[in-house]
This record gives sequence, structure tokens and C-alpha cells, in this order.
Amino acid sequence: MIAGESDERARDTHVRVAFDRLIPSDVREIEPIVEQVTRECRVLALPARQCALNVPVALTEALSNAILRGNRGARDKQVRVRAVVSDTALVLEVADEGTGFDLDACTIDPTSPGNLEREDGRGLFLMRSLMDRVERFGDNAHNVVRLTLNRL
Amino acid sequence: MSFSIKKQGEICVVDVEGQLIVGNRQELKQKVLDELEKGEKKFLIDFSQTGYIDSSGLGVLVSLSKKIREQGGELRLANLNDDLKTLFELTKLDTLFQIADTRERALESF
Repeated sequence: MIAGESDERARDTHVRVAFDRLIPSDVREIEPIVEQVTRECRVLALPARQCALNVPVALTEALSNAILRGNRGARDKQVRVRAVVSDTALVLEVADEGTGFDLDACTIDPTSPGNLEREDGRGLFLMRSLMDRVERFGDNAHNVVRLTLNRL
Repeated sequence: MSFSIKKQGEICVVDVEGQLIVGNRQELKQKVLDELEKGEKKFLIDFSQTGYIDSSGLGVLVSLSKKIREQGGELRLANLNDDLKTLFELTKLDTLFQIADTRERALESF
């Protein structure tokens, strides 16, 4: 695990790292990585809806934030993507070299009338809507967003 | 991933071939804005070949919708799969766009 492994996950006897990759900070890297992770999810027999919607959209959002905000698009900075699967959940971790952000303060409700026609502001909302849990942690040199999706 | 635009009568039909995400959404935006600048007013974006859209892709659709309306034009969307429909419902963008089940129905709705 990158950091903060929970006791619950450590006790799980069927944890498997399905994916672990470093990529440069380039948005063109996102789609191929997302395709690889979702392919792994299909191999692991995650529900079709999770493979087609929840995982690709939430992971795309996390990678986009890491590349464009965390690393500010600097190609000499990297993003680490890990997918860990257990009997009970899929855990995606996206780590960048930024200083992090306040998850709650940065999440807006894009469905409110005043925000509906905004071009931006739906990324964190989608992540939190499509995942069972979204966490952020890290230090001044690294920032990790962890997305947990319970297996149905 | 690519976008193709062809005229069907007086309607500009845009086919999105693949996902609409952060890495390509500016290409779609520019292509539609180029047509708008040429005087086109009616636009249909067909998502029959699209699996998912991210927040930046949704944002571009919102932006295009506003710009087209400001020029007195209309934008319709068609052929959203069930996952795309869920995204539009989650974000309430289904209340902002006119969405048709098929390309034919969308064309008839102008």
C-alpha cells in the first residue's frame, strides 16, 4: 500500500494488487491506463456496471486532478496508480507530487441551480457519487486520493 | 478517439467515436465552435459509440450548449447508453439538455 493501510484491509486474506504503474503527467496517459484498470476489473469479475461506469469515470477524475492540479502538468513529475482488489472491495489509489487539497472544501454541488451551467466543478462530485468512499491523505511532498468501491 | 461532423439537411451531426474526456474535449469544442462561427445553428451530438464521459467532457457540453443558445441555435444529444444517462441524471444535466433516444428522433425534434 502507498500509505495508511487500514487494519480491515490488512486482515483480508484475499487481497491482490491488480495494477501498479507510474505514469508521466500527461492527460493523454489517462485513457490507456483507465482501459487497463477496467480490463483487470472485468477479469476479476467485478459487476459490469462498475467496470463500465463507476471505475472508469472516478479513476479518470482522480488521474485528471493528479496530473493537472497536483502535478500542474509538469512532465518531470509522476503519478502512481494502484488498484487493489479483495473479496469485499476494489481500492484505487492515485498519488501525485502535489501538496494536496481539502476534499470537503473543494467539493461543490454541481446540481444546485446556481452551479448547473458551470463548466467545471463536477469532478469530485462524480468521484464521491460513483464510489462508496473517497479519502485523501499525504504530506507536503505527496498527495494520495483513495477510492473504495464495495463489490456488490 | 475522434469526432466527425457531417451535415444532414440544415443540422450539423457530430459523431463522437470513443470516450469524451479531459484529453480530447477541447477538440470537440473547437470543431463545434468552428461550425458555429461559419453560421451553423442546429447541432446534434450522437454518443452511440461512447462508453463514458468525464466531468470535463460534461463541462464542454454545458459550455457549447450556452454558446449555441447565445447565437440563437439549438443543441440536441442522442443515443446515450444507460451509463451515460446515469451520469446526466446524477449531475442533473438531463434537465439542461434535450436528449433523444435515437438519432432519428433527435433529427425530427428540431
